[in-house]
Amino acid sequence: MDQQKRLWRAQPGFQLLTKFFQINWFYVVLICGLAGVGYMALFSAGGGSAKSFAHPQIVRFAFGLVMMVFVAFVSPRFLRRLAIPIYLLSIVLLVLVLHMGHVGKGAERWIMIAGIQFQPSEFAKVALVLMLASWFHRVSHEKMGNPLYLIPPAIMTLLPVALILKEPNLGTAVITALIAAAMFFVAGMRLWQIIILAVPLPFLGGFVYNHLHDYQKARIDTFIHPENDPLGAGYNIIQSKIALGSGGMWGEGYLRGSQGQLNFLPEKQTDFIFTMIGEEWGYVGAIAVMALLACLSIGGVLMSIRCRNQFSRLLALGIAIDFFMYCAVNLSMVMGVIPVGGVPLPLISYGGSAMLTMMFGFGLLLSSWVHRDERERVD
Amino acid sequence: METARPSRGVFTRRAMLLAGGQLGIFGFLGHRLYDLQLVEGAHMSALAARNRTSKRLLAPARGAITDRFGVPLAGNSQNWRALLMPEETTDIHATVDHFAQIIPLEDFERTRISRDIKNLRRYVPILLKEFLSWDDMARIEAQAFSLPGVLVDVGSTRTYPFGPQLAHIVGYVAPPTEKDVARTPLLALPGMRAGREGIEQTQDDLLRGAPGMVEMEVNAYGRVLGELERVEGAQGDRVELTIDAGLQQMVLGRIADEYASAVVMDCRDGAILAMTSTPSFDPALFDSGVSHAQWKAWMSDPNAPLTNKAVAGVYPPGSTFKPAVALAALKSGLVTQEDRFDCPGYYDLGGTRFHCWRKHGHGSVNMRQALKYSCDVYFYKIAQKIGMDQIKDMASPLGLGVTLPVELPHVRAGNVPTPAWRRKKGHHWNRGDTVVAGIGQGFVQTTPLELATYAARIASGREVSPHLIRRTVTREGVKINLPTAPGLELQPEWLDVVRGGMFDVINAPDGTATRARLNLPGIQMAGKTGSAQVRRVSRAQRESGHFNSMKLPWEQRPHALFICYAPFDKPRYAVAVVVEHGNGGAATAAPLARLIMTDVLQRDPSGREHAPGVTVAEAD
Repeated sequence: MDQQKRLWRAQPGFQLLTKFFQINWFYVVLICGLAGVGYMALFSAGGGSAKSFAHPQIVRFAFGLVMMVFVAFVSPRFLRRLAIPIYLLSIVLLVLVLHMGHVGKGAERWIMIAGIQFQPSEFAKVALVLMLASWFHRVSHEKMGNPLYLIPPAIMTLLPVALILKEPNLGTAVITALIAAAMFFVAGMRLWQIIILAVPLPFLGGFVYNHLHDYQKARIDTFIHPENDPLGAGYNIIQSKIALGSGGMWGEGYLRGSQGQLNFLPEKQTDFIFTMIGEEWGYVGAIAVMALLACLSIGGVLMSIRCRNQFSRLLALGIAIDFFMYCAVNLSMVMGVIPVGGVPLPLISYGGSAMLTMMFGFGLLLSSWVHRDERERVD
Repeated sequence: METARPSRGVFTRRAMLLAGGQLGIFGFLGHRLYDLQLVEGAHMSALAARNRTSKRLLAPARGAITDRFGVPLAGNSQNWRALLMPEETTDIHATVDHFAQIIPLEDFERTRISRDIKNLRRYVPILLKEFLSWDDMARIEAQAFSLPGVLVDVGSTRTYPFGPQLAHIVGYVAPPTEKDVARTPLLALPGMRAGREGIEQTQDDLLRGAPGMVEMEVNAYGRVLGELERVEGAQGDRVELTIDAGLQQMVLGRIADEYASAVVMDCRDGAILAMTSTPSFDPALFDSGVSHAQWKAWMSDPNAPLTNKAVAGVYPPGSTFKPAVALAALKSGLVTQEDRFDCPGYYDLGGTRFHCWRKHGHGSVNMRQALKYSCDVYFYKIAQKIGMDQIKDMASPLGLGVTLPVELPHVRAGNVPTPAWRRKKGHHWNRGDTVVAGIGQGFVQTTPLELATYAARIASGREVSPHLIRRTVTREGVKINLPTAPGLELQPEWLDVVRGGMFDVINAPDGTATRARLNLPGIQMAGKTGSAQVRRVSRAQRESGHFNSMKLPWEQRPHALFICYAPFDKPRYAVAVVVEHGNGGAATAAPLARLIMTDVLQRDPSGREHAPGVTVAEAD
């Protein structure tokens, strides 16, 4: 065993080939499957034309796929060294977006980098996962009992969350905070610490609600009573439910969804892409897509458990939770379980930042998997 | 070799917990989807179907207005217009600006467009410009690539073939106001117009029609993808007027040089054959909303082109009022037709001297002579004798100073004053007020329509009702408008005296309006002149002997009035002419009335089935 490993180190080319075979190809196939679903859905959202959405998206995916495989080869040790620079870069970008952000729908969320619209909050989530994984890797389980060791990661988390909240992008901020919470949890936070933190949460919720923008409050109010404004703010939720419902068991048929094709569905190529799938492919199709999403998200967690070092474990789990959060929030949104908040369905919705950061994240997850047998360094 | 570090154990347990949680949430969402798609599926499908089909009411075609021979006075024609679908353009303001470079937009149109962009839902098309010419449409088509969301479609517009000639009677249509819509929701349909002024206003309910319905498949932008079902609406009723459009044109030709009003009425039933008011306006200008500049020009014009002077212009009747005073005197029994009164040229009452128009007076005159010469002193005296209340009691049934039931909006009533009326206004009634009222001056006011009705009632001895609607052609059938004409409670011999006086006015060699004698064999006309002062003539002016109203500035000259009817022995037509500042009824109004009456008698519209010069096919 040891000799074999030494042999790999001696022959980098062979080592790379081995790593290539170490990649969890089943997982990659699932990713490609979802991207395929996305291609078909975007083709339909484009009214039966690949030009508007499907084609640009698949080009991004191809680029992301190459990037993912490349990232998967990078050693976790190197990634750990990258954690701080990447985290700082993400903070800089978040500050930049507040100052020179492109205003869209009343919120500053995008900046232009080399002519490409880029959403730093998406990138910040992955950067935070990397940073927290790196921190908790250094803090042994025993030290976790000391609350002092929780303060730096808490600051690491609150900084980007506050900046994202400021944009304002409530949805992403909440998701980012939840991802961090999950990482604190698996890193070995004590139960009593969790309880102490959980008690003031409702008050915090009330405080946040009071400081929300009016349009955000309106979204929440509309969510509770969508019928109050059926053609205004409640329109999206109602139309989405109608579209899903009219899909029935087998759907109205590909490219035949009346709600989607007749443009009753707003933003059908982004936030409401799943609604369109549900309408055209029915319950059977929608459940199949959901199963794929669940496999990727739960599969990611299971992969994290197999890792032998804490950094890789936490990194993989953080990415898996990120992916899951996207899915859960988007699906809950279009089914009218939670308020609409501008969260895309990963790998399927049209959009560049989310696609590329997600593929980068999958790269990190696969890197953890490829290097899963590298043991923890004992500090 | 692997040491079971506590962190790995904790991680594994807690990660498994998270994985379980994820599975639970996916399970919950799967269940929720099941509810939405399968349990509520049928309900949602129904909602979806309702969503993509749109039942739209179709604006019905407005009913036509025709003259008595079926000649269209108001009809419909196609109106090509440019609409903008807000959903299909990325920068709506830029698109509007670009459109304005191709098709110039007026200020008021831009204001309306900005308002629509702000107020209308994004899937409701915005009207950019109406009444596009072929040239306009060609230019829009040529620029189509740079005008995203702009499309051309066809609506309906109201046309008025006679334009200003019948504008005051027919009225016009305009986009409905919010108040209109609140009262009549049907007006909210795109393309609907509300009737304004004239018959368009008073007969709006008849003309409007019943809406049709079309069920269409639409997308969320309201863009029509296909038509599923169509139920045609019913066109509004056709309203046929008593007007003879040809005669109207002839009458207008006679008075075109004056600011005047003329009404031609059928003596037997009150049907109005022509009703003119100059200056006029073009009713077509209102269909899409009038520009602010145009509106200001109309409102600041002292000649009030928008006012129908025939029903809303009030003038002192002057001497045309004398037949009414004469009838009142006969009815009172205080004066007989043979009673003679002396006219020395003036009448003194309580220290005030009231002059006759003839400086040296008419000598001793009876009633018929007094009417022939239009002797003022005679009427000063009999008015003084019988009092104002008796004059009022006669004037009202003759149609003076009362609101007449003609089918037009803004019909004003003139005024025949009484001491009680004056008291209500907080003033004292002087005896002198009765004196001047006796010659139709002072507080006495009438409209041209009242004067025509008055002439028709004297001629017929019946209380004929002036009316403009001859019949309405509805889906149920034809409804003929036959107003009743009860007899006036007057002795025939009283009427004969007054009619004789009015006959002499024209046909006696020394009548005041001999210039109005008809040049038609065997047909004579009876009439009465009137000159209504618009300013008081001072004693100094009168006594200087140099008083000549023609030397006054135009707006201070007296109005010229004339009423008449013909043929004398078998009255058919009554005409009233009021020429603003025309200076004298005999000089200005009577010759015009003669020309008009000649036209009417030669044309004889009330005795014909079809308009002269119009073939039967055209008339239908």
